Amino acid sequence: MHVSMTVNGEPVAREIEDRLLLVHFLRDHLGLTGTHWGCDTSNCGTCVVWLDGEPVKSCTVLAAMADGHEVRTVEGLERDGELDPVQQGFMQCHGLQCGFCTPGMMMTARALLDRNPAPSEEEIREAISGQICRCTGYATIVRSVQWAAAYEASQAVGSSA
Amino acid sequence: MTTLGTRPLDSFVDNDQKPVGYGRMLRKEDPRFVRGLGHYCDDIQLPGMLHMAILRSPYAHARIVSIDASAALAHPKVKAVVTGADLAEKGLAWMPTLSNDVQAVLATDKVRFQGQEVAIAVAEDRYAARDALDLIDVEYEPLDPVVDARRALEPGAPVIRDDLEGKADNHCFDWETGDEAATQAVFDAAEVVVSQDIVYPRVHPAPMETCGCVADYERVSGKLTLWTTSQAPHAHRTLYALVAGLPEHKIRVVSPDIGGGFGNKVPIYPGYVCAIVASLVLNKPVKWMEDRSENLISTGFARDYLMRGEIAATRDGKILAVRTHVLADHGAFNGTAAPVKYPAGFFGVFTGSYDLEAAYCKMTAVYTNKAPGGVAYACSFRITEAVYLVERIVDCLADELGMDPAELRLRNLIRPDQFPYTTKTGWVYDSGEYERALRLAMDMVGYDELRKEQAERRARGEMMGIGISFFTEAVGAGPRKDMDILGLGMADGCELTVHPTGKAVVRLSVQTQGQGHETTFAQIVAEELGIPPGDIEVVHGDTDQTPFGLGTYGSRSTPVSGAAAAMVARKVRDKARIIASGMLEVSVADLEWEKGAFGVKGDPGKSVTIQDIALRSYGAGDLPEGLEGGLQAEVCYNPENLTYPFGAYVCVVDVDRGTGQVKVRRFVAVDDCGTRINEMIIEGQVHGGLTDGVGMALMEMIAFDEEGNCLSASLMDYLIPTALEVPDWQTGHTVTPSPHHPIGAKGIGESATVGSPPAIVNAVVDALSPMGVRHADMPLTPARVWDAMQGHPTPPV
Repeated sequence: MHVSMTVNGEPVAREIEDRLLLVHFLRDHLGLTGTHWGCDTSNCGTCVVWLDGEPVKSCTVLAAMADGHEVRTVEGLERDGELDPVQQGFMQCHGLQCGFCTPGMMMTARALLDRNPAPSEEEIREAISGQICRCTGYATIVRSVQWAAAYEASQAVGSSA
Repeated sequence: MTTLGTRPLDSFVDNDQKPVGYGRMLRKEDPRFVRGLGHYCDDIQLPGMLHMAILRSPYAHARIVSIDASAALAHPKVKAVVTGADLAEKGLAWMPTLSNDVQAVLATDKVRFQGQEVAIAVAEDRYAARDALDLIDVEYEPLDPVVDARRALEPGAPVIRDDLEGKADNHCFDWETGDEAATQAVFDAAEVVVSQDIVYPRVHPAPMETCGCVADYERVSGKLTLWTTSQAPHAHRTLYALVAGLPEHKIRVVSPDIGGGFGNKVPIYPGYVCAIVASLVLNKPVKWMEDRSENLISTGFARDYLMRGEIAATRDGKILAVRTHVLADHGAFNGTAAPVKYPAGFFGVFTGSYDLEAAYCKMTAVYTNKAPGGVAYACSFRITEAVYLVERIVDCLADELGMDPAELRLRNLIRPDQFPYTTKTGWVYDSGEYERALRLAMDMVGYDELRKEQAERRARGEMMGIGISFFTEAVGAGPRKDMDILGLGMADGCELTVHPTGKAVVRLSVQTQGQGHETTFAQIVAEELGIPPGDIEVVHGDTDQTPFGLGTYGSRSTPVSGAAAAMVARKVRDKARIIASGMLEVSVADLEWEKGAFGVKGDPGKSVTIQDIALRSYGAGDLPEGLEGGLQAEVCYNPENLTYPFGAYVCVVDVDRGTGQVKVRRFVAVDDCGTRINEMIIEGQVHGGLTDGVGMALMEMIAFDEEGNCLSASLMDYLIPTALEVPDWQTGHTVTPSPHHPIGAKGIGESATVGSPPAIVNAVVDALSPMGVRHADMPLTPARVWDAMQGHPTPPV
């Protein structure tokens, strides 16, 4: 079948098998290997991308379901050569070790901060509770998101001053 | 102590402002990871690459009657189907394990565990390869399985390993350590003896990235390149040379970025061998990536020890001896990845951190119809089991004596003046200040206040528990005289080159799976040479680019390879000193080293930097007599002993009286890993291990039904902690350098995985103790806690 969609702001179109999963479409057909695959059962969340601005687990979304929609992946977080504050926060606060769950975690974190610019620790933990990190023990991921929130708050103050 | 909410924005770290050497420094690997530009095995795409999938046994124990692959071969996208019979023709149906057993690559006669490899299909894409598996028709004749290790040695039990000549039972090995008679004498005379059956259930490391590889055999050059999820690329290369008969210089093993290892990626799995065979046969690159179910049911599990612990003491709380009998379930093949003289890994440190008069362990290992493995999941070669045993039995003793478990430990910890301390099972602990660490942990958690709070809550009917563990690790395998894996000594090489402009490249034999080697090894060299870490490139994970060594597992990178990095930098510095003496026209004895430069004693104006020296070493003009040009060196470091990190952990839990649900409210971890290279990375290693501990203590178990079906074959069934199950961690540290390590460092990668499960279980049992509970087995799920509350705790099966 034919699908066309917008991925990280760029239009793409491909002929694919009907059953192709979005995660494999992104990785194998578009070469966007920042989105990872980890479990098959929607438990681990390494495959989280945005579909029309909503985080989804791309291992349980057919590429066909993204036809005509907008997809954003970890490769689309950086804007004009500037890292997203979430990306900076993960580096500053050691929010990653092996890096495998990181893209999915960051996509969820970005979505959280877009809706709630000053989340509590509990709200951050709740937001990432559909995802698994085997390395960090989560505390540094929570700190990373808090760092990004604080950074964005400081930038907002700076721009209004 | 750091907690959430104490991280202001001014913690922004600018690496350019950091001092050269040790200290908190952001990771050099992170800029690629946060951009999604990591390069993992499944990211590799080669022209013409084919995809392989593995057909696995649905039975735990069955005879293979026939395999018909004709329908699969007729599939238009399928390029090949390979069975055990095909491999047998090439002599490749069986391969050696890391424990000198053999394991089927593809089953020929029988299948011996559910999930065992039976056939492979190779196709144009990964979906077609999967489709092909459905088209392979295998006829099985089911056999009675052996699932419960307790029944494996019963007369008449089905014999699993009838492939081994003369094998008539399921006995795998016996092993003992310590002095049986001396221990018996102490027990006979002891005022108090406590005994407890303790199970450490089968668990699985389940790294977020599953195992896989891309095999690419080039027919013309005869060179095989294998990109693979390996924690030990050099060892793998040598083993492929020995197994497949390929010349070793024509094998290149590359471990790209690895999405977590935890020991799961130490062994060679049948899938790797099959992908190599497929590439050889088809002259194409072949990719194989497991799915999650395959990872959980077929790759290296951990633990599965059934232990009886006994402890002897005086009435006033002097611990005299520890004794244990262990039944070890090794699954269908003995795939333990441990030094060959240590069939039970380093379980011999079950004597713990206590000054004992005697100790003895007797172990019997058996085969069962379960997946092979046995040393994985950040266990430090079975020290997780050892520490869990001793820390649980010490708490049982405290209960028997009516003594506070902290007080009992403080009375018995090895004293600082006793180091180096030789245990009753022959291990030489290098250094320790145990009481200082335990008292720090108790201060941090507010131990006395917590006990008061607990008393108040108990009076209100609430169930609060406080658990302590104290552990000593033995990491950094190991001295060549004692330790090898299949004959390969456990030393590690390191090569360092300083380029003419003073930038450096250091080549390691070990391989990061998230531990941050690209950062910490640059820091080690920076500390020794004064070259900023940003100017030092760390190369690892490619056998064509790095010196030989045994890889990263058992927390051995810093103890062994970290030592090699320091030693090679010192070798370079020694050469730089001679060049500097020529440049400054003074004798070597008149030079003094200040990080990054040699100066002339008593003449502060005269000095040359390491960068000046590097340029001179390659430049025109004479060098001091007898000196070759260039500034590089290599070493192969043979550790003199293991390093022995230690720690004191305190866990506070609340148990829901209505549901049995355990909530870890607080966790204080005090670790001592000697010299600290990068605080941030150490803290991360500890946090990750503590989370493993919550998983094992409360959630994780690879379970089987009585037919040998794995009941934990997905992440819906094998529960791993999320952010909601773990607390914010409170970490502290003491520093007791290792006396024999060049920079005084000890390993830290597995301390928390080893030390945290007993602290959590001790806390839960403490919460249940008013109900008369002295022990309950992991995982302490609500159901199991509930059973314990009702007075009938059940061991896991």
